[in-house]
Amino acid sequence: MIALEVDAIDVHYGDFQALWGVSVRVEPGGTLAIIGANGAGKSTLLGAIAGSRPLTRGSISFDGRDVSKLPAHARVALGITLVPEGRRLFPSLTVEENLTVGAFRRREGPWSLNRVYELLPIVANLRQRRANQLSGGEQQAVAIGRALMNNPSLLLLDEVSLGLAPVIVQSLYAILPDVSAEGTTVLLVEQDVGQALAAADRVQCLLEGRVTLEGDAKDLDRDSIRAAYFGV
Amino acid sequence: MVWVNAVVQGLMLGGLYALFACGLSLMFGVMRTVNLPHGDLSVVAAYGSLALVDALGWSPFTTLLIVIPGMAIVGFLLQRLVLDRALGVSALAPLLATFGLSIALQNLLLQIDSPDARILPIGSFGIGSWHISSQLSIGWFPLLTLGVAIVVLLAIELFLQRARLGTAMRATRDDAATAQLMGIDARKMYALAAMLALATVGIAGVFLGMRTTFTPTSGSDYLIFAFEAVVIGGIGSVRGTLAGGLVLGVAQTVGAQINAADPILIGHLVFLAVLVLRPRGLFRSSALA
Repeated sequence: MIALEVDAIDVHYGDFQALWGVSVRVEPGGTLAIIGANGAGKSTLLGAIAGSRPLTRGSISFDGRDVSKLPAHARVALGITLVPEGRRLFPSLTVEENLTVGAFRRREGPWSLNRVYELLPIVANLRQRRANQLSGGEQQAVAIGRALMNNPSLLLLDEVSLGLAPVIVQSLYAILPDVSAEGTTVLLVEQDVGQALAAADRVQCLLEGRVTLEGDAKDLDRDSIRAAYFGV
Repeated sequence: MVWVNAVVQGLMLGGLYALFACGLSLMFGVMRTVNLPHGDLSVVAAYGSLALVDALGWSPFTTLLIVIPGMAIVGFLLQRLVLDRALGVSALAPLLATFGLSIALQNLLLQIDSPDARILPIGSFGIGSWHISSQLSIGWFPLLTLGVAIVVLLAIELFLQRARLGTAMRATRDDAATAQLMGIDARKMYALAAMLALATVGIAGVFLGMRTTFTPTSGSDYLIFAFEAVVIGGIGSVRGTLAGGLVLGVAQTVGAQINAADPILIGHLVFLAVLVLRPRGLFRSSALA
């Protein structure tokens, strides 16, 4: 049984090819980390799965259904939810309004405003604050809460650690077991290899748009990761 | 008492301006597009109402039952056939497209009707008033216009602030690409905003036609007042537009007291003063700010 199957996709930005025949498989409830250097194509891959990047070749299926042609908003209705790089909160909306927008599709599931506030107490204290008045860590917490409000069956996390202090990154990653416990499949993109290995059960490494390494997080040794990460 | 009367009349005139500016404000607030045929579309609504009055013998008020949904459909078509194609092209494309549409509409109305001035007949209700003193009287129709303006603008503000779709509309305005990642179809939000906006244009057009005469080209004359109301209130804020319309109306009637020859001038001066002193508008803390 496979929750997400990305089958040999190519993605282009104009003439530039960002992904070359990339394949990804994640089992239901599993957590896969995509690691790689800047510009390796990690965010592009998440964008392709979420529907904001068109494919030039290959296909993506989710729960056995081909979603390659569906627009982003229709994929959200199926439970594919992206926490975008740079948080991308709605700046003029309050924190609580940002969360309710996350629930726009009204999918059934375990997550509600109260559950999100319970999981992320820092967000509960900010509910009437405008999103453009938050610190980076607060914004990231709200962005994750907003995605949970869709009751995702596949949660895509793009560079949660970007620009945040290590202690904040750790507190955000600490909630992932609670999310997985609800049966949610997680696909996360990280530059921080240590964080990725700790959070995921499977790891794939991208280098210049190609998969260079794949394996169980606990089996991979530092040297082979370094080789795959830098291509040396 | 003369001044009190000027302010009271100004508030009621301002109600009409606010009602008229509402659609412009909403479309700019959600789509970041200036809808240049805004004034012409309100004249189209007035002619539509007149056609129904002539054909069916209805009161202009009754024709709102047809004009409002009719204009909402026009808004949907405007969004899907014109704006949606122009929005992605460049910042200038929607302006050019709507400018062309404005000219086309004026000439179409000239072809169908004539350059003669028309008015929507409302009989004695149009001239009836409530005399408070020898120098202060409140016309029933202007008072009704003000009431309708307040109800319409506050209802739209409430929708944007509280309703699920209103919040989604503000999210789309903030960041359409991210809104799609939340499951919101941005095109549908734009179409809904255009329908709402044009529904208010329909109301404004009929009220304008009942208050004063109109010709196929009078739309662009009113467009400047709508712009001024929107800018004075703060671009993109519907609540601000209500206040902006009232400020503009009062400026014009008080201006008429000061210099009867050119009341509009004082309105323009207030508008310019706001642009210079508070370029983001007087009331910018609101929904679509």
